[in-house]
Amino acid sequence: MAKITYITKSGETFEYEATSGNLMELAVKNKVPGIDGDCGGVCSCATCHVHVAPEFYGKLDAPSEIESDMLEFDDNVSEYSRLCCQIPVSDLVDGIKVEVAN
Amino acid sequence: MGISDFPDAFKGTRETKGVCPFNDQNDPVAMLLRFKDVRKAAHDYKSFISGAKPGRIVVPSEVNIRETRQIPFEVDPPEHTEYRALVEDWFKRPLQPEYEAGLERIVESELERVLRKGSIEVISELSLPIQSKALTLLLNIPMEEAKTWISWGVHVFRSEDSDLDGEKAAILYDYIDAEIDKVIENPDDSLYGVLLNSEYQGRKMTKEEVKGVLILTFAGGRDTVINYLTNTLAYLAEHPEALRQLEDNPELVNTAIEELVRYFSPLTHMGRVVAKEKEVCGHTAKEDTRISLCWASANRDEGVFENPNEVVLDRKMNPHIAFGFGTHKCLGATHARQLMKVFLRVLTKKVESIEIIDAQENIEDWGAHQRKVGFDSLQIELNPKK
Repeated sequence: MAKITYITKSGETFEYEATSGNLMELAVKNKVPGIDGDCGGVCSCATCHVHVAPEFYGKLDAPSEIESDMLEFDDNVSEYSRLCCQIPVSDLVDGIKVEVAN
Repeated sequence: MGISDFPDAFKGTRETKGVCPFNDQNDPVAMLLRFKDVRKAAHDYKSFISGAKPGRIVVPSEVNIRETRQIPFEVDPPEHTEYRALVEDWFKRPLQPEYEAGLERIVESELERVLRKGSIEVISELSLPIQSKALTLLLNIPMEEAKTWISWGVHVFRSEDSDLDGEKAAILYDYIDAEIDKVIENPDDSLYGVLLNSEYQGRKMTKEEVKGVLILTFAGGRDTVINYLTNTLAYLAEHPEALRQLEDNPELVNTAIEELVRYFSPLTHMGRVVAKEKEVCGHTAKEDTRISLCWASANRDEGVFENPNEVVLDRKMNPHIAFGFGTHKCLGATHARQLMKVFLRVLTKKVESIEIIDAQENIEDWGAHQRKVGFDSLQIELNPKK
């Protein structure tokens, strides 16, 4: 069980617990504003862009080249940017906070 | 080669040169073929503009048959941003459960109708009716209206022997004019009504602007959706195991639709006009000439996709650009994706097997390259589940 916190552009906070799937699916299921997940998680749309809290960013596997290339062209990119469809729910991310980028 | 194989038409030129010249009505186009170049140019809306003379970014060019600017498609930021924001929520309605249920009812009843016949010509008897009826949901108008659009036939914007037939195009433009006038007389909650009530830069949208959005909605989602549906049926006919996999694993639909739309790439490319001279992939794009972003070629780029010429229904990483990329990415993609999902779900539920009886391929001619984009006709036999 991992607790995940999303902070939207308007500053609203959404907290959920999950055991499987990824951070995009969890957000879409709960209609977190700003995370659309249009492509269902195949890294084609960049509509699940988040900024990961710095203390958690380094704990995640590094983004793949495909993900990095997608982010290169998105708005509001920071050094903590990730597409959250590429972050699986696991104990590793328990307590993670992510800010919705767009 | 199977009927449902769609060869990579651009492989040689993509790998050796990356750019393919195409002469379109004396307004030449340099087609960009490599994934990275296409994405980069699509992102660079300041150098490669959409807000040119209406019709010019379409290839073949429509400047001689259309004066109305398609909105937000033929407008760039900052104006584009406000137009797009005006319509964005409306075009996300397909995510609502009642919209999805509406699509399901349409696909179910259309499939049941053709299953009773057995043997059908897919485009005229299934793809066009589904596309037209689904469009009534997107426009939020009574479904009877689809009868008119179906009666226009597949070649409403093109004649049989020409892509650019002004008289044919006028059927649609006159129709939209008349519909806008009707809604001005009797306001309603259709896309027409909502747009007529919308404000752009602090004033009401003009009739011409409303018409521009509607032309885009009609034209952008017609051949593309029809090709997708038709090609998918051809694929499933030749891959009966895929029907079973989709049935056994409903989740597979999510990656399957992305993969099929990558593989088919129903829109081959889209043009841009060069705002200021720029080098792309060794080609000097001169000011006021055209380039095009060849989605179909980019989606087969071996540098990005493993086994690009295979349909891998559970492809996990699939950064395809079949719906375009960047600022001008397809406005109708949410509708298209929902329809694609529903179509696969309903098919796997109702159809046991599909046999191809006859197929006439639709081959586009891009100068040195001939690309199969779909079918002119596809005769199949559908066998229902017992």
